[in-house]
Parts: sequence; structure tokens; C-alpha cells
Amino acid sequence: MTGYAIRGLTVKRGDRAVLDRLDLDLSGPGVVGLIGPNGAGKTTLLKSLLGFLPPAAGEVAFAGRRIAAWNRAALACRVGYLPQGAPCAWPMTVADVVDLGRTPHRRARGAHRAADAAAVAAAMAATGVEHLSARSALDLSGGERVRVMLARALAGEPEVLLADEPVAGLDPHYQLQVMEVLRRLADAGRTVVVVLHDLTLAARFCDRVVMLNAGRLAADGPPEAVLTPGLLAEVFGVTIHVGRHADDLYVLPWGLSPPRRAAE
Amino acid sequence: MTTIVATREKAGLALPLGLGLGVAGLFALSLCLGSVPIPAAEVGRALFAAETSPTAIIVQDIRLPRAILGAAVGASLGLSGAALQGLLRNPLAEPAIVGTSSSAALGAVLALYYGFAQISPLALPLFAIGGAILATVLLFALVGRDPGVLAIILAGVALSSLGGSLISVAINLSPDPHAALEIVFWMLGSLAERSMDQVWLAAPFMAAGWLMLLRAAPGLDALTLGEETAQSLGFSLSRLRALVVVGCACAVGAGVAVSGSIGFIGLVVPHLLRPLVGHRPGRLLPASALGGAALLLAADCGVRLIPSHQEFKLGVLTALIGAPFFLMLVLDARRRPGGWR
Repeated sequence: MTGYAIRGLTVKRGDRAVLDRLDLDLSGPGVVGLIGPNGAGKTTLLKSLLGFLPPAAGEVAFAGRRIAAWNRAALACRVGYLPQGAPCAWPMTVADVVDLGRTPHRRARGAHRAADAAAVAAAMAATGVEHLSARSALDLSGGERVRVMLARALAGEPEVLLADEPVAGLDPHYQLQVMEVLRRLADAGRTVVVVLHDLTLAARFCDRVVMLNAGRLAADGPPEAVLTPGLLAEVFGVTIHVGRHADDLYVLPWGLSPPRRAAE
Repeated sequence: MTTIVATREKAGLALPLGLGLGVAGLFALSLCLGSVPIPAAEVGRALFAAETSPTAIIVQDIRLPRAILGAAVGASLGLSGAALQGLLRNPLAEPAIVGTSSSAALGAVLALYYGFAQISPLALPLFAIGGAILATVLLFALVGRDPGVLAIILAGVALSSLGGSLISVAINLSPDPHAALEIVFWMLGSLAERSMDQVWLAAPFMAAGWLMLLRAAPGLDALTLGEETAQSLGFSLSRLRALVVVGCACAVGAGVAVSGSIGFIGLVVPHLLRPLVGHRPGRLLPASALGGAALLLAADCGVRLIPSHQEFKLGVLTALIGAPFFLMLVLDARRRPGGWR
């Protein structure tokens, strides 16, 4: 039993259910795109998968065991997280920042210098940040910083990577670069769950798209099945043009249409 | 990559070694300074001699406790400053600035002048630690999770003045008529005329505080990347906060109980050492402990060398060094993006 099993998950903020009786399985290699309007519960879902938020009802299990029953450090060895914004408080070097990704392993098994250094080097190579190694993490451009933080998450060699809007605010070049890193990770056998607002990126890079709306599952399936004009109009309240370029789907939000929120 | 790591680790050893040698040298210098001139070679012999000659008594009973307390209180202040700064992710946090020291002093004053210290000598450090814990918990309640410079300084001013005014109340109402002058002098901070009893009283609490703070090191490193990342790396934030709050309170509280309030060590030392440890908050902790010990020993040697008809108070000297430093840091914070926020 690997991966996540989510059953009847309800998470409340005050009286409002941010996630409402959600059932979802996330396992096996692949990129899972998590989409939905602002406030749909995407970040809340990621935080629930990490055990940060206690469920009001239902449960989240990882590898067959309830998330609350996991030892934090043991879970950290298997699940990596890339939060929004990628803050850094001190001007540490990029190499030191990426090395922090090894922390869970060092705490679980003690320091293995060779293994730690190899994982850090591999993560920096995978995200193309080796040349930044000695730079201060505060002196980076937005794109560089995201790739450094991604390298930090990869250095932990997680089975599952949860990335919250990793391409927000990046130029197209960096967006594609980051998505390609995630794609390669999935091709190497990991589960990647990524929150995206760019529907074309979701169409191109994801094996599966999970669409949330008002805390509920609005759709779940391969990109062609989820990213349809009808479903997107219903959930996002926009008219959408879906087309094909070569073999790839592209999705263009075009105009506003009156939103019809999920059945209430 | 492996060579980079290896070089870094060698560089990482040079700093604690250098600081350790500095502490040892200043400790020896501290033993050699005093109103009775004793040649260095004789100080060495007197340190290990059976306690009969006047020289042995001076060195073992007067100078040794002073040097030990200088090193231990300095280490406590440096370590606490570095840990608070790591936890609040802000270089301006410091026990004296955020009000921990004055609240510890309040606890100590209550123990000393309301008779609790006569019931048990342990009351003094325990009251000081209690005051420090209370102040640090209040600080966190006031500033929230990711405080800006302004929030920390405002909360610090509020807590320091609260501690200060309550001390005034205690002086005002004290049953002992000489208490006022004594308290005021004691508040200035000094290591003069301390005995081994005071060392034994404070040392266990300080050591417990150091252990807690050093255990916080990996969590503080991870916290550099924000609370969520630290949590996702397997750290419990509530445990980390508790380690730092209780650790600082034990170390600073016990220090204040025997030395009075000595400010700015926890501000100056981490700031100077941070670039030398690659800005890693965890590695800064042991370095700041050694640096704090060295700086306070040096300052305590300084007060004995400054010619004046009455010995210069240690806390006054550290404030003279530290306050301009604090001003500089505040100005520096304003220039950075985000300013005082």
C-alpha cells in the first residue's frame, strides 16, 4: 500500500467547510494537476496531506496509515513539500539551502555525508542550479529561487512531491523549465501533485487532473476528460477555448460567463 | 561537491577553535586581574594549591567564580540572542531588548527583597526564570508568528517598561530602606564579589538552558525557509518554540539572578558571527555561546582596567558598546526592502 487514500475528508475553517467530504486516491507515478478557482480548497488539501490541518471528519492515510499516526520526521523522509512563495529569512548560500532538504534523513538515520552530498548534487543538477551554489539565496531572481527551493525539496528524495503553485509569477521560460523538472520526476517513478492555475500547463504536463470546486471534487481524470469547455465554464465561470497544437491540448480562457458554483 | 562540503566543514571547525582559544585566554586574563597584583605564574599555582595562602584564597574564592560566571553568563546571553533571532527570523531580537532580562530582574528583585531568597537560595534563580518565561510567552503573544522589526521593538519596549515599572513598585514598597540603592546598583549588572555558591546556584539552570537551545539548532535551520517548510521537514513548531522560550528563560533568568541585567551581548555577538557561519541559525548557536563568553569576559576585564574611583559596572559598559550597535542595526533594517514594516 503506497500513496494517499483520502476518505470523506472534511476540513473546516471556523464554520465553513473548506474541504467537504472529499474522496481521492493519489498513488503511483505521474503528475497530478490540482486545479480549481481561488478558495476551492487546493492548498488546504495539500496541507491536509502533510498533516498540518486536523480533519473535522473523514481521514487521510499515507501508505496505509492515518496521517496523524505518522512520526513527523518519518513522513518527511517520504513526502516533500514546496509551499507557495518560497520564503528565506537569512542570506544562506544556495548549497546550504538545498542541503536543508536532507534534514529529515539526517534526523532519521544520522548523517551519511556521501549519500547526503550525492542527493544534494543530483537535486541541483536536476533543477539546473549548480552554478548558483555559492550565491546567497536572497540574491536570486524569482525563477532561480523557485528552482532552488524545488532542488531543496528534491534533495529529500521524496516518493511524493506536493508543490503549491510553483510556477506562479514566473516567466514562460521558467514555467516550462519547472514543469519539465516535475515531469521528469514523475517519469522516474515519483508521484507529483501540483497546484496550477495555468490550464494549458495542466493539459500539457499532467497525467491526471483533479478539479476542486468549493471544497468538493468537481472532476477527476485525464486532461482531455476534465479540461472541457463545459466543465471549465461551470467551475470557473469563464468561456473557454480548448484546442490542439500538434498532439497537445491547449486551453484559453476567453470571456466571463455567469459562474454556476457546484450544486449547493 | 564533496570537496566543497569538506572545505566548508574544515572552515566550520576553525571558528569554534579560534573562539574557544579566545575564551580560554580571556578566562586566564580575568584570573590575573584584580586589586591585588599577583604575577601570572603564581596565579596558575594558586589555582590548584590547597586553600591556605592568601593568594590561593584570592584566586580561588574571588577571581575564579568571577571568571566562571563571566564565561557562563556571556555564553547564556550570546546563545539566547542567537536562538531568539533564529526563532523570530529577525536580527534585532535579544533578551534585553525584548524584555526578558528586565522581567527576570523583576523576579530576582521580588525574591531578594521580599524574603523568598532567605527561605531557600533556589528561590532567586527560580523567580528570575519564572519572570523570564512569563516575558517571553507574552512577547510571542504580542508579536505573532512572523514579526517585523517594528513589532519586536514595540513589544520589547512595552515589556521592558512593564518590568522596569514593576521593579520601581517593588523598590517603593520594599520593607528594607536600603533596598532602593542596592537594587539600582544590582540592576546595572556586575560580576564583582561573587562566590562559588552563586556559581553552583546558577550553573545547573544555565546548563539546562544551553542544552535546550542547542537542541533547537536543526529546527532553527529549517525555520529559515518558513514555518510550513520547517513543518514539512518534520519539525513540530510548538516543540521548537517551547525549547527556545524555556531554554532562553533558564539561561538568561539564571544569569540575571547572579549578575544583574547585562544587555546587548545577545545582539552584538550573533550579528558579528553570522557571516562567519554562512548565516546558518543552527551553526550560529554554539559560535554565539563561545563569542558571548569571550565578549563578556573581555568586558569584565575592561571594567577592572578602566581607572575610576569606583569600579565601572559591567552592564553599563556592555550598554555603551551595544547601544550604538543597536542603532546601527535599526538603521540597517530600515534600508532593507520592506523597511521596518
